[in-house]
Amino acid sequence: MTPADPSSQSGHMSAYGQEGDTTPAAGQAPRKLDPHLDRYAARTEGMTASEIRALFAVASRPEVVSLAGGMPNLAALPLESLAKQLSDTIAEDGQVALQYGSAHGVPKLREQICDIMALENIQAHPDDVVVTVGSQMGLDMVTRLFCDPGDVVIAEGPSYVGALGSFTAYQAEVVHVEMDDDGLVPSRLEEALTQTAKQGKRVKFLYTIPNFHNPAGVTLAVSRREQVLEICRRHGVLVIEDNPYGLLGFDGQIYPALRATDPDNVVYLGSFSKTFASGIRVGWVLAPHAVREKLVLAAESATLCPPTLNQLLVSRYLSTHDWMGQIKKFREIYRERRDAIISALEQHMPPGCTWTHPDGGFYVWLTVPEGVDTKAMLPRAVTARVAYASGTGFYADGLGSRQMRLSYCYPTPERLKEGVRRLAGVLESELELVRTFGTVHTRLTSGPESPSPDTA
Amino acid sequence: MADRTVAVLAGGLSHERDVSLRSGRRLSAVLRDEGFHVEEWDTDAELITRLRTERPAAVVIALHGGEGENGSVQSILEMLDIPFVGTSAHACRRAWDKPIAKAELLEAGHATPEWVVLPHGTFRELGAQAVLDAMVSRIGLPLILKPDQGGSALGAEVVTDAIELPTAMVGCFAYGETVLAERYISGTEVAVTVIELNGEPTALPAVEIVPEKGIYDYTARYTAGLTDFFTPARLSDETARAVSELAVAAHKLLGLRDISRTDAIVAEDGTVQFLEVNNSPGLTETSTVPMAIEASGKSIGTIYSDLIDQAISRG
Repeated sequence: MTPADPSSQSGHMSAYGQEGDTTPAAGQAPRKLDPHLDRYAARTEGMTASEIRALFAVASRPEVVSLAGGMPNLAALPLESLAKQLSDTIAEDGQVALQYGSAHGVPKLREQICDIMALENIQAHPDDVVVTVGSQMGLDMVTRLFCDPGDVVIAEGPSYVGALGSFTAYQAEVVHVEMDDDGLVPSRLEEALTQTAKQGKRVKFLYTIPNFHNPAGVTLAVSRREQVLEICRRHGVLVIEDNPYGLLGFDGQIYPALRATDPDNVVYLGSFSKTFASGIRVGWVLAPHAVREKLVLAAESATLCPPTLNQLLVSRYLSTHDWMGQIKKFREIYRERRDAIISALEQHMPPGCTWTHPDGGFYVWLTVPEGVDTKAMLPRAVTARVAYASGTGFYADGLGSRQMRLSYCYPTPERLKEGVRRLAGVLESELELVRTFGTVHTRLTSGPESPSPDTA
Repeated sequence: MADRTVAVLAGGLSHERDVSLRSGRRLSAVLRDEGFHVEEWDTDAELITRLRTERPAAVVIALHGGEGENGSVQSILEMLDIPFVGTSAHACRRAWDKPIAKAELLEAGHATPEWVVLPHGTFRELGAQAVLDAMVSRIGLPLILKPDQGGSALGAEVVTDAIELPTAMVGCFAYGETVLAERYISGTEVAVTVIELNGEPTALPAVEIVPEKGIYDYTARYTAGLTDFFTPARLSDETARAVSELAVAAHKLLGLRDISRTDAIVAEDGTVQFLEVNNSPGLTETSTVPMAIEASGKSIGTIYSDLIDQAISRG
């Protein structure tokens, strides 16, 4: 008999006068902290408290240099002028701005979005643009439209953590395809598609971030773009092109979109989060006509319509501001920060570390020496007042333990240098531990491994 | 009482910041319901200035880990002569260190799982495998590794096979420089809250913890539904009494004040084994102290109200 044996506890239980089932054989009922536990859908698996996520709580404190988050630097925005525009929007268009709109989005804004996409050689009709609550919603809607549980999504390895979250929520299986310095490797894509077909699995789409990849910091070589499109067409696989950073090339380079050459087989996701303001939550999907019709209906069921006020504000901003000049300012700031982090990495990182050299966007992907597990090391980094996003969060299959994503978008160049200096110290200590104990295995942890959107 | 302003300290820079913020928010809401004017403060560079200029009638510490439990914040409050709920700085330093607390309890005749304390340097200098072998032959398997300081099971890992030890060691050392390796005792896991009013520490009904997956780790602690709680614990009257006595003894021996929580295991042979004490126990929606208070027929509000009054009159 053990103390926990319920059959032995009847006398004790009745002595305490427990409510509920008091038959001796049933024992005392546990206190249920979540009475809905048995009701949740299967897709909630993984939606648990996370030791790793909790560690990011300190990232907002000024003592900590956070290289973990992905918050754009908004300091350069002309706030006074925006305040006036917001006020004018309500004064002049208040009855529209504060009213429901269509799930399709404000027509004028959709026209302006087409003008922006023209910079990437995209010729599109405004009717084929659906405005969404950030491109994240677009991603969610597209996955909702295409993925049944068990369907396969091909994604770069590593891939955007928010996309992996959407794919998981719809119970799709993610198959990663390797990248190199020129982005997605076409021969690997071919192999992955052939392999999944052999396994009898149904691949629904390739999810790709061709420009200034999050988290990898690389760009799909222009010479590979047609190959990637051809492979997908041949295998009957749709392409989802996610391009939030496309206008943030540090040398002003703008790459041709995949959508520009294959309008019928590419769904394009765009966003104002990095080129204007992330908190305004305005993004869009450009999709072939038939897909767009379904997207509008799906969006209606999700949100009825994207916020009209925000759409009008973006539209007004685009018509009255030198928005391209603003993007150039952002680019300059991010380029300076990229330079700061790369030179700090060169100066401080111990031998055996390698990293990507982004020519746009927000992120450097760092590979640490064999034996170090970046997820296991995170608490040590937090103690040393530096935070990063460990690599495993960017894979659906457990890879990435030797990698981490470093964001240079938010901290100033001085803070970036300090952060990298601290990180190097953390790595040195961890390497000493690895020398003591040998190579370790990645521990499985529950819940999200990436920082929340409001992490610095 | 004229001044009903209390400051709840929550946040901090420890690994448990997130848990602390949850505890702090819950406690603040409860205290506002009790009629207190509550300020919620983080332990940042502004804290001392705030304490000096605003001089709250009392401070309630909802910090977990690091400076909130190791006596640092308590030292500041003592220096500034600001009353606070909880244990003195001096006693915090001892209680917070798990091996020191275990040694004190053992010395006083209480059972606690066999343990060894090993800093990283020992492994580096003497060779990891030799030290690990000696450790396993001393305390056996399964064993549990924990950082010697800290809470919320962060860095803790149950090891059943010696082959898993290096990985678990590296994971544990990421949280601190010294590891406590303890024999893993299977049995009934209980948390016992002690409330001390008018110099009389009293144990509240023990909360029995039954994690769905067997291990009460961070996820099992803070995901509602992944752990079942029985309050009072399903123990014989005699064992329930022994568990309460252990918690009160730990509270007294370690010089704890106002409120504490003792974690213990009732082993399969019926012995009550001391694990650790918490001088600033969690007050989140899934924490055991609020469950124990509720089971005792009181509310967090009235208990903390009484403790605040007690702290103020203590001065």
